[in-house]
Amino acid sequence: MTELETVIKEFLVESYENLDQLDQDLVVLEKNPENRERLASVFRTIHTIKGTCGFFGFSRLEKVAHVGENLLSKLRDGEMRLDPERTTALLALVDAVREMLAQIESTGHDGDKDHAPLIEMLTRLLQPKSEATADQGTGTDSTAANAGSQKGEVTEPVVTPEQPPVGEKPPRTRRRRSKTTRPSETQAVAALDNPPAPPESAHSATPEPQDSGIPATGKKPDPAGPEDSRLSTTVSESTIRVDVGLLDKLMTLVGELVLARNQILQFTATQKDATFLSTSQRLNLITTELQEGVMKTRMQPMGNIWDKFPRIVRDLALQCGKQVRIDMEGKETELDKTIIEAIKDPLTHVVRNAVDHGIEAPEVRKTRGKAAEGCLFLRAFHEGGQVNIEISDDGAGIAPDRIKAKALERGLISREQAARMSDRECIHLIFLPGFSTAEKVSNISGRGVGMDVVKTNIERIGGTVDIQSEPRKGTTLKIKIPLTLAIIPALIVTSGGDRYAIPQVSLLELVRLEGEQARKGIEMIHGAPVYRLRGHLLPLVHLDRELRSERPRSEQDVINIVVLQADDRQFGLVVEGINDTEEIVVKPLGTHLKGIPLFAGATIMGDGRVALILDVLGIAQQAGVVSEVRDRNLTELAMHAEERRDSKQSLLLMGLGKDRRLAVPLASVARLEEIPAALVERADSQEVVQYRGEILPLLRLTDLLGGSGSFDGSAPDPLQVVVIAEQGRSVGLVVDRILDIVEASVTMKDTMRCAATQGSLVIQHKVTDLLDIRSALRVADPSFFEQPVPGSCA
Amino acid sequence: MTTSRQFCTFYVNGLFFGVEVNQVQEVIRYQEMTRVPIASPVIRGLINLRGQIVTAFDLRQRLELGERPFEQLPMNVVVRTADGPMSLLVDEIGDVVEVAEESFERPPETLDGVARELIRGAYKLEGQLLLHLDIETTVQTGVN
Repeated sequence: MTELETVIKEFLVESYENLDQLDQDLVVLEKNPENRERLASVFRTIHTIKGTCGFFGFSRLEKVAHVGENLLSKLRDGEMRLDPERTTALLALVDAVREMLAQIESTGHDGDKDHAPLIEMLTRLLQPKSEATADQGTGTDSTAANAGSQKGEVTEPVVTPEQPPVGEKPPRTRRRRSKTTRPSETQAVAALDNPPAPPESAHSATPEPQDSGIPATGKKPDPAGPEDSRLSTTVSESTIRVDVGLLDKLMTLVGELVLARNQILQFTATQKDATFLSTSQRLNLITTELQEGVMKTRMQPMGNIWDKFPRIVRDLALQCGKQVRIDMEGKETELDKTIIEAIKDPLTHVVRNAVDHGIEAPEVRKTRGKAAEGCLFLRAFHEGGQVNIEISDDGAGIAPDRIKAKALERGLISREQAARMSDRECIHLIFLPGFSTAEKVSNISGRGVGMDVVKTNIERIGGTVDIQSEPRKGTTLKIKIPLTLAIIPALIVTSGGDRYAIPQVSLLELVRLEGEQARKGIEMIHGAPVYRLRGHLLPLVHLDRELRSERPRSEQDVINIVVLQADDRQFGLVVEGINDTEEIVVKPLGTHLKGIPLFAGATIMGDGRVALILDVLGIAQQAGVVSEVRDRNLTELAMHAEERRDSKQSLLLMGLGKDRRLAVPLASVARLEEIPAALVERADSQEVVQYRGEILPLLRLTDLLGGSGSFDGSAPDPLQVVVIAEQGRSVGLVVDRILDIVEASVTMKDTMRCAATQGSLVIQHKVTDLLDIRSALRVADPSFFEQPVPGSCA
Repeated sequence: MTTSRQFCTFYVNGLFFGVEVNQVQEVIRYQEMTRVPIASPVIRGLINLRGQIVTAFDLRQRLELGERPFEQLPMNVVVRTADGPMSLLVDEIGDVVEVAEESFERPPETLDGVARELIRGAYKLEGQLLLHLDIETTVQTGVN
């Protein structure tokens, strides 16, 4: 019996895949009804399902599939044309089949629903409808039918004249008979005898010789049969299905191998034996390649999600009376399986939203001078170790005023907050929980559980969401997500003698207070410690106190503060020591420890010991940094940011030559690095270094700004590098010294411009040049900003 | 027909315990552990078992048998549970013994407290009693 179950399971898996393909095929076919090959493939899929479920005795499913097959065979033979009504009916058929398959999966039989309305509709559509279409149909009919039968499908003419109500009955009764006469064991054995062959050929081979009295319907499988089996053997030769559990296990094993390799390499350092050295070197290389290979097995293309969208968009557009085209780019972009699963629902939601709210009705579009057909453009690409997904529509866009009014009405923001908000901030209000601008709640969207859930889900996997919109032009949603959840960069800190990992995504900056600062820097507000970080109070949380592992300690000379972002709040985590950043492999904690909100998981460090991964949000919640009133915080923070933007800016001060001072906006600085001069390589005439798996071009500011105040000629080692990220590309600015981070109002005192500076200002009583990053980069590399412009879709 | 079962045995604070052999994945000597702050004292830490992170339960704490002498390092009995492998920290490992089903007796009514939940009963061996530890109940503990 279990063998039969396995066969059924295989049938289910295969059928689900086929149905997904059907969705796509039908939507394509609707646009291009003459595509016979696709029609034939749709026909074969339904036929296979029908055949197999007949074999398993799922009579209801078989009945539904059978009517669909009849319609499809007429379409394939060119007796009828595929019009929207028929497409809808066929899609409904796909849904019904899917529903029944789900039923089979959970209960083992195909349910009690007989889908009579659907069968009726399909049967009705079998009749040539109106005169117009019928004429058209018969017009193309003869030639097409000829073309069809000339393809060598000789038995077809026998099939087509048969009328559906007649053709419907015999197989059903036959099935019942065959089911009762033959014990299920034989069925299972029969199926197992040829498992790789498509189920339909098994069907046509087994029942037919026994029930020889079956008329033409029984013969139907034959024409499609041989072709189909050829197709699937080629597929099964190049790919195999593997249980995900097995892949996970392989991944764990490779992780172990990496650790063992590391230990051997450590041991190798003390050895002199040449053979041993070269062998361990080879082991090293093979392990690395193996690790990469296994990681790749878990990667899946974005297409796995996206391929479902054309169908969703089509149905939705039809429902809303809109015309929508969907274009995709970067379907082959690969992501870890777990991430693909995590973003599936949020993406679907966004796409539905775009069709329902974004794109206008055809009439409206015409009055606005746009094509009647709206366009939804999906784009995915890898960038800087992350995957970017953009979903843009050329619809109505988001009107900031409407958002504002809605937010006011719902009491999400106050009147004066609203007055001070920029358009951009307004648009971001749609991410607040309980926000919806849909005038009327449809069954598609508008229930106010939408964008905030999208945002939370994306952020849960370490991603970010950004939205840009222009009224009447369209909206673009940009999502950035990590490539894999399994391996993440993390900062390793110590507390109470133990190491902990903090995911890099939450990390903003590190502050180290020494000596006098350490004693005076931290102030108390009624027992709550705070630190003044560039003029703003940063609440402090002591990690050892949160972990209840506080040890009595004397006055500290050094205080390390890790500035973290939790939700929309910043706070400083005081730790004992800061070690380094490392790529860590995330492992889940056992169920016993899931209840502790402070830990997100665990990882194994290079020395083989376990370290816990801190859950930044959990710590913030436990310490009370993030409270329930999170919406308020968000808007306040936005206010704050705006205020700051108006008056002051954070600047990174750098020293060049003997006494020249330069400043760049901190916002464009990604990281500060010290890079040993020995690591600098050359590509073309450009100095570069390998940095986080990419090639980072270096730009020496002394070269760029002229030799003003040349030092003593010798370049410092290590190089002080300011990594600038602009428009998704990075460049390293080489300076002589990093001085400080200050807040200053950027009002130019002197605009004696050199190409790469915006002007000068006085900071800390000293004249400082403000570096114009964009023109500096352009001087360094004229092609820097010449990036391919994201494909526009109109 | 007498049925017999095989037990992997160990000592905790002088008491003689056993778990069924087929529930035991392996027995390993003391491993360095990473403390889990905030968790219950029963959870002594996390060990790296060939790349897999395994929670270690201190049976002395679980059975409320007091602290293990500082100089005595516990052994790990790694058992299979519904939630994956778990390690039980014990004082000392005994032999694998074969016991007859008939020698089993349920714990007396006088046994109470935590021991009553964790000890399914005793096998009357020659000279001593083998206490049958209920693994699933033993690892049902977590946050304080």
